[in-house]
Amino acid sequence: MANPFEYNGSAVVGMIGSGCVAIAADRRLGIQGQTIATTFDKIYPMNESLYIGFYGLATDALTVSSRLKYQLNLYQLRENRQIKPKAFMHMTSNLLYSKRFGYYFVEPVIAGLDPVTKDPYIATMDLIGCPMETKDFVVVGTCSEQLYGMCESLWKPDLEPEDLFETISQALMNAVDRDALSGWGAIVHVIEKDKVTTRTLKARMD
Amino acid sequence: MEDYRAPVEVQWSPYSWNGGTVLAVSGEDFSVIASDTRLSEGFQIYSRDFPKTYQLGDNVVLGSCGFQGDVTTLNKVIEAQLKIYDHIYQKKMSCESLAQLLSTILYTRRFFPYYTYNILAGLDSKGKGCVFSFDPIGSYEREVYRAGGSASSMLQPLLDNQIGLLNQTGVEKKPLSVEKAVQLVTDVFTSAAERDIYTGDGIRINIISADGVDIKEVPLRRD
Repeated sequence: MANPFEYNGSAVVGMIGSGCVAIAADRRLGIQGQTIATTFDKIYPMNESLYIGFYGLATDALTVSSRLKYQLNLYQLRENRQIKPKAFMHMTSNLLYSKRFGYYFVEPVIAGLDPVTKDPYIATMDLIGCPMETKDFVVVGTCSEQLYGMCESLWKPDLEPEDLFETISQALMNAVDRDALSGWGAIVHVIEKDKVTTRTLKARMD
Repeated sequence: MEDYRAPVEVQWSPYSWNGGTVLAVSGEDFSVIASDTRLSEGFQIYSRDFPKTYQLGDNVVLGSCGFQGDVTTLNKVIEAQLKIYDHIYQKKMSCESLAQLLSTILYTRRFFPYYTYNILAGLDSKGKGCVFSFDPIGSYEREVYRAGGSASSMLQPLLDNQIGLLNQTGVEKKPLSVEKAVQLVTDVFTSAAERDIYTGDGIRINIISADGVDIKEVPLRRD
C-alpha cells in the first residue's frame, strides 16, 4: 500500500452558484485496480443543508464521517440550533488536527448553505485539517488535475441551480473518464435554500 | 568524517524536466498545434519566450516538450534524416511518413530514452488535417486531438468534452472550424496557466492549412 490516498480511488467536487451550492462525487470503491463496489457513497449529509464528501482511504472516511456526525449531534443538542457551515468546517479541521501525528488519510470537501443568511459555502482541507475556503469551486481526488482543468474552464460566477448541476456533472464525468481509479457512476447534490436535489448520473462504467 | 569503507553511490541524473505543454487539434482541411512559451526548471523560469513547436516542412509542425536537451537533440536528428530523405527522393516527407520516422528514432533509444513528449500535426497526403501523438519511446497513434506535456491532464478531459463531445447527449457532431479550434486552444491554455506553474507566459498557435503555416501569439499570465 504505497499511497493510502490512491488505494480506493475517488473524486469529489464542490461548486458555488447563485444562492445555491453543489457537491458531487464518483461512486467507485476499489482496492487498487480491482473494483469492489459501484454504488459507494462518499458524500454524507450532516443536516438538511450541509454535506461533507471525502477523498482518500475509504475506511478512514467512514470513521471520520461518523465521528463528525457524533460531535455534530452533541453540538446541535447543546445549542438547540443548526450549525453554520463555517463552524462545522472548524469542527472537522479540529478533529483532523487532533490526529496531527497519526493522521486520517482523508481530504474532505464541505458544502452547505448558512442556516440563517442562506449564503453558499464551500471549503476543503488537507489531511491534517489546514482549511481552504473559496468563492468558486474546490476539488479533491485521484483525478484532481483533470478536475482543475475542467472546473477552471467550465465554471463561471452566479450559475442558477440547473446550470450549476450541468456544470458540476460535466466537470466530474469528463475528469473521471481520464482516471482509472475513479468513476463508475456519479452522484450530485444541489443544495438550495428550500430544497436539496439529489441525482445519480448515468456515466461510463469502465 | 566520510566512511570510506562503504561503497559510494554516485548521484547523478541525466535528465531534467523543463515543463511546457503542447496541444494539437485537427479539422477537415486544417490542423492547429500550439504550445506555451515558458521554459522552466523547478521554481525557476529560464525563458518566457520559448515556444516548443518546430516547423519541419511546408505543412508539418512538431510539438515537443519535456527535457529541453533531448528536445533539441531529437530535432537535430530529425532534421538530418529529413535532409537525407530530400536528397534521395527529391521531395518533402509526408506527415504520415514523418510520424513513422519519429517513432523509429524514439525507439532506437529504447533503453536510454529521449525524455520528450511529442505531438505531430499537419496535413496528410490527402490534404486532410492530421494529428499524431507519441509516448517517449515511440508508441504512436493518429488522433483528432491530443494534449501533451506538463498540463496535458488538465487539457485532455476538456477536449474530450468539447471536441469529442463525450458525456454530451442530443448534440449533433458538426465539423470543427478553424476559429472554434483556435478559440478552444486559447481557452484551455488560459485555464491550465491558472493552475500549472510549468505552463504560462504565452501561447504560440500554428494554424496549418494548404496555404502553409500561419502563426498566432496570445499572452498568458506570467506568474
